[in-house]
Amino acid sequence: MMRLPWFKYRAPRSVDEAVRILAGEGSDAMLIAGGTDLLPNMKRRQQTPRTLVSLRHIDTMKRVSNGNGLNLGGGLTLTELIRLDGARERYRGLWQAASQVATVHLRNMATLGGNLCLDTRCNYYNQNYEWRKAIDFCLKKDGEICWVATASKRCVAVSSTDCAPALIALGGRVRLQSAAGEREVSLEDLYRNDGIDYLARQPDEILTEVVLPDAGSWKSSYWKLRRRGAFDFPVLGVAAAVKIARDGTVEEARIALGAVASRPFLTRGGDHLAGKLLTDEVIGDVADIVASRAKPMDNTDFDVYWRKHVVSEFVGYALREIRGDDVSDTRHRISRLAL
Amino acid sequence: MSKEEPLSVIGKARRRVDGRAKVTGQTRFADDIVLPRMLHAKLLRSPHPHARIVSVDASRATRHPGVHLVLTGKDFPVTFGIMPVSLDEYALAPERVRYVGDPLAAVIARDEQTAGGALELIDVKYDILPTIASPEEALAHPEARIHDYNDQGNIHRNQAYEFGNVEEALANSDHVFEDMFFFEGNTHLPIEQHAAVAAVDGEGKLTLWSSTQVPHYVQRQMARVLGVPEAHIRVIACPNGGGFGGKTDICNHEAVVLKAAAVLGRPVKICLTREEVFYLHRGRHPVLMKFRTGVSKDGKITGMHLQTLLDGGAYGSYGAASSFYTGVLQTITYELPRYRFEACRTFTNKPPCGPKRGHGTPQPRFGQEIQLDKIAEKLNIDPADLRLAMTVKPNTLTANWLRIGSIGLAECIRQVVDRSGWRSKHGKLPNGHGVGLACGAYMCGAGLPIYWNKLPQSGVQLLLDRSGQVTVFCGATEIGQGSDDVLAAIVAEVLGIDPFEVRCVTGDTGITPVDLGSYSSRVTVMMGNAAIEAARRLRAQLAAAAAEELQTTPEQLGFANARVFSAKDPDKGMTFREAIGCAEAKYGTLGAVGSYAPPKPAGRYKGAGVGPSPAYSYTACVIEARVDESTGWISVPKIWIAHDIGKAINPVLARGQVEGSVYMGLGEALMEEQIFRRLPPKLSGALVHKMPSLLEYKSITALDMPEMETILVEDPDPSCPFGAKEAGQGPLLPVMPALANAIHDAVGVRIDELPITPDKVRKALELKAQGKDPRVGPDRFPDVPYPEPMMVPTPWEGGDGNALKPGHAQVSRPSKVTAA
Repeated sequence: MMRLPWFKYRAPRSVDEAVRILAGEGSDAMLIAGGTDLLPNMKRRQQTPRTLVSLRHIDTMKRVSNGNGLNLGGGLTLTELIRLDGARERYRGLWQAASQVATVHLRNMATLGGNLCLDTRCNYYNQNYEWRKAIDFCLKKDGEICWVATASKRCVAVSSTDCAPALIALGGRVRLQSAAGEREVSLEDLYRNDGIDYLARQPDEILTEVVLPDAGSWKSSYWKLRRRGAFDFPVLGVAAAVKIARDGTVEEARIALGAVASRPFLTRGGDHLAGKLLTDEVIGDVADIVASRAKPMDNTDFDVYWRKHVVSEFVGYALREIRGDDVSDTRHRISRLAL
Repeated sequence: MSKEEPLSVIGKARRRVDGRAKVTGQTRFADDIVLPRMLHAKLLRSPHPHARIVSVDASRATRHPGVHLVLTGKDFPVTFGIMPVSLDEYALAPERVRYVGDPLAAVIARDEQTAGGALELIDVKYDILPTIASPEEALAHPEARIHDYNDQGNIHRNQAYEFGNVEEALANSDHVFEDMFFFEGNTHLPIEQHAAVAAVDGEGKLTLWSSTQVPHYVQRQMARVLGVPEAHIRVIACPNGGGFGGKTDICNHEAVVLKAAAVLGRPVKICLTREEVFYLHRGRHPVLMKFRTGVSKDGKITGMHLQTLLDGGAYGSYGAASSFYTGVLQTITYELPRYRFEACRTFTNKPPCGPKRGHGTPQPRFGQEIQLDKIAEKLNIDPADLRLAMTVKPNTLTANWLRIGSIGLAECIRQVVDRSGWRSKHGKLPNGHGVGLACGAYMCGAGLPIYWNKLPQSGVQLLLDRSGQVTVFCGATEIGQGSDDVLAAIVAEVLGIDPFEVRCVTGDTGITPVDLGSYSSRVTVMMGNAAIEAARRLRAQLAAAAAEELQTTPEQLGFANARVFSAKDPDKGMTFREAIGCAEAKYGTLGAVGSYAPPKPAGRYKGAGVGPSPAYSYTACVIEARVDESTGWISVPKIWIAHDIGKAINPVLARGQVEGSVYMGLGEALMEEQIFRRLPPKLSGALVHKMPSLLEYKSITALDMPEMETILVEDPDPSCPFGAKEAGQGPLLPVMPALANAIHDAVGVRIDELPITPDKVRKALELKAQGKDPRVGPDRFPDVPYPEPMMVPTPWEGGDGNALKPGHAQVSRPSKVTAA
């Protein structure tokens, strides 16, 4: 089997201890939470940290509390998140996203914070060392050229987190703590559209908590495109959250996309919904606006033109689900799951 | 044993005899073997698709702490190969690497980590050569030869046969359908990666434990490569965690660990990574196909001309057989009066292709079954009726001289048609919703062995002793398909005992009689017939001895429930153990052997050895599909499949084989592809496997499996043990074309290539909306320099099984051609 490189393992008991270790180790250290993405990457030598700082033994990282809405510890496993009382009812889009990450076994290990900080993916990059050597490596790791777009100066590896677009649509924020102090940023601002430098998180910062506003009368939905009913990373994620008045008028809405750029991002689609009723026509118009922002690259599963083509359909699924349509048949055909 | 005796084991649904060990983790796979002082090997593989090796300097690696040995191509001067006609592989490439992943050196070290690290200390200088990425390139560029032993440029095999004058038949047909299809390559994906352990025993002889389906062939080829007598190499096939054909070839790493163990005098182990399994490959050939099929207006086939072009990869492997299999079994399902078949296999700088479940036959079956759907549509005949009207008759010869025994195909079609509600669904479901029908057929064991010999293809030895224990020995290999269960069940049935009382010792060339291995769906029929022979011989001894004791005649005795008793007076009898005691007293130590060799093929022309089998299995399948017209998204709510198994030895396992085939077939239909990526040539010469990982090579998961209705059609075949035919491969074949046909029924588009992905469906729907031919598939067939066909008159046109001499024109007797 492929073997891990040697590394030093640290297991702090508190966030304070963890940030001190991080500050001391410098850029050769990496955080490990569930390890479901990092450890395979280390086997393939995409990351070779000298030190791993584990977050598993920090109890406060698993804390769930009521702030203005809901505060979720970054160390919660996705399984724990899915099983939280009220998560499905109040934050349906997040629940649907977390429920579709990888497989049951991986969700038992993988954490919310880990999913938000997930390394960007590319099928020239997510290969073992020998394979990458056979193409003389790539821009993201050890090489000079982006093989997806050979003229590109920027790495176009794709953001593959399911939870991030769902949380962006829900107006989520994250707390980042370092030895120097703590700050809170909106989730959207955590990301940069650069496949290498994809996080605004500093290497010495720990994503300790996700802060969600009160769900109130917001309804949300997440639709994931992938080849199979399990395992696969998204090749498209559509997250929508809509606040609907009693008369059915949209008061406020946010639509975010995942897996069609190096970062998950908010589109202007939500603004176009404000003040309107969710009619088929409005949904169709907004879906086209959102789809125009999707710029998938040919570096994941599925034909790239087809991936672009189906974005507006998926936006439609999400908005119709929020409207209250029975989309269970479509949901089951797309995801093979009842969500 | 009288024919009327009711069966007490065969046909009963039972827990498999090796089931408990497997679910409790007791089964020892090759990677579970740990021996004292064991060392670990890793292979250095080429990063270049085609290069001359200028030099290999292993001095740094050899000096590395923990490294015991470095082997290179110099250590392996002798080639090997599974087929005697293509002995073209070295354990470690000495002069030339031919694909990314071709091994050229090995490090043996104290642990896997050290061995892997030391690989990077081997300095190799390469001289890069031009690469061939596809059959089209192989045909266009004969000069940059990948091998020099083959006749012609980068064409590995090139052959043509004509059984009856096909052009004449087509000219006299009411319609001629010309269609092209492409079946993308895909790989076996067994959950167990290949592993092997080699050790030297106290006498200096070698033992190899390996996850192989073919210990006998491995033993022969290892003797060749290492230059030691066959009898000094014992190959033990560990239970395989899935094979599917991926463990039927001779592997580089097997030779490497054996050599290393011999040099070092210590056990040496290797376990391949998943990536390495994708490089070792030997899976489904990508095949481009062109069918020209003549049809009468009432829907009878008059003749067929099939051309195939195979992408063989970098080595011969089973390719010589694979090429034949893209054509020879087209004749065994539907009456085909005249047939011309041309096949060409090319070398390319990619991992070698070989046999995967169905070996060469799923590709043309895909084409033929879709073409039949098109024919039915054009002639306005129900696709089920079209097929039912022309299924091959039992006990006949085909145009290419294959002998058909039993055939339950019509019953299979009727079963899936009835159960699926086909008559009220086909062409009648709402838009976006459809059903498709397809059939398939396969051999129950290849009639000829891989190397020419007249010896039995399977041997079974049976030992009983006074303790009551029954031990059966056979070289057959348990690869998860249930061969040990078949063996135990057959012995138990004949001796009237419980299968759990039979100890199976299998797949060990040191102690078991030769069986050629678990491939070509041969084990149930060949091992089963040998087991019956051995068990009946012992039963005769037990009966004779027990009859003396019971003062009756052997013919009067029945064997059941671990008792030997008078059939007329069942109270008069003894236990099975007591009967053994009587027999041991009468005859001395008890033991018996049985063996099996298939009947001689009917064809006598050169090449007639590929295709004959003791029996053929048949399958029919209906798939219900739904297609979203906006996205092309495909879902499969339900599959009905009926398999003509002759007789199910253990219906639980038989269903498992059928359903496993459907699972694998649906994966091939929807997503599986072993594909490669060439980087922009101005910047790079790379030609790499696109996604050698279990995550990115897509195969369906349990969640993607539809509801299934499995029907076993039982029409016992007299050539087979208790009438049992194969179930491991045939049921895969109809799945892919049935899906293609279902998609056509749902949305009126034709996807004539695999895999059938939503983007292709969407593209075809766009063509349909534009009023163009709503089809995605190959639209040109390259100009392949097929040879002049060997002319072989059919059985019904005066043939005697021989080919005509070259230049001798084929005479066609009847002007209206019908199958006899």
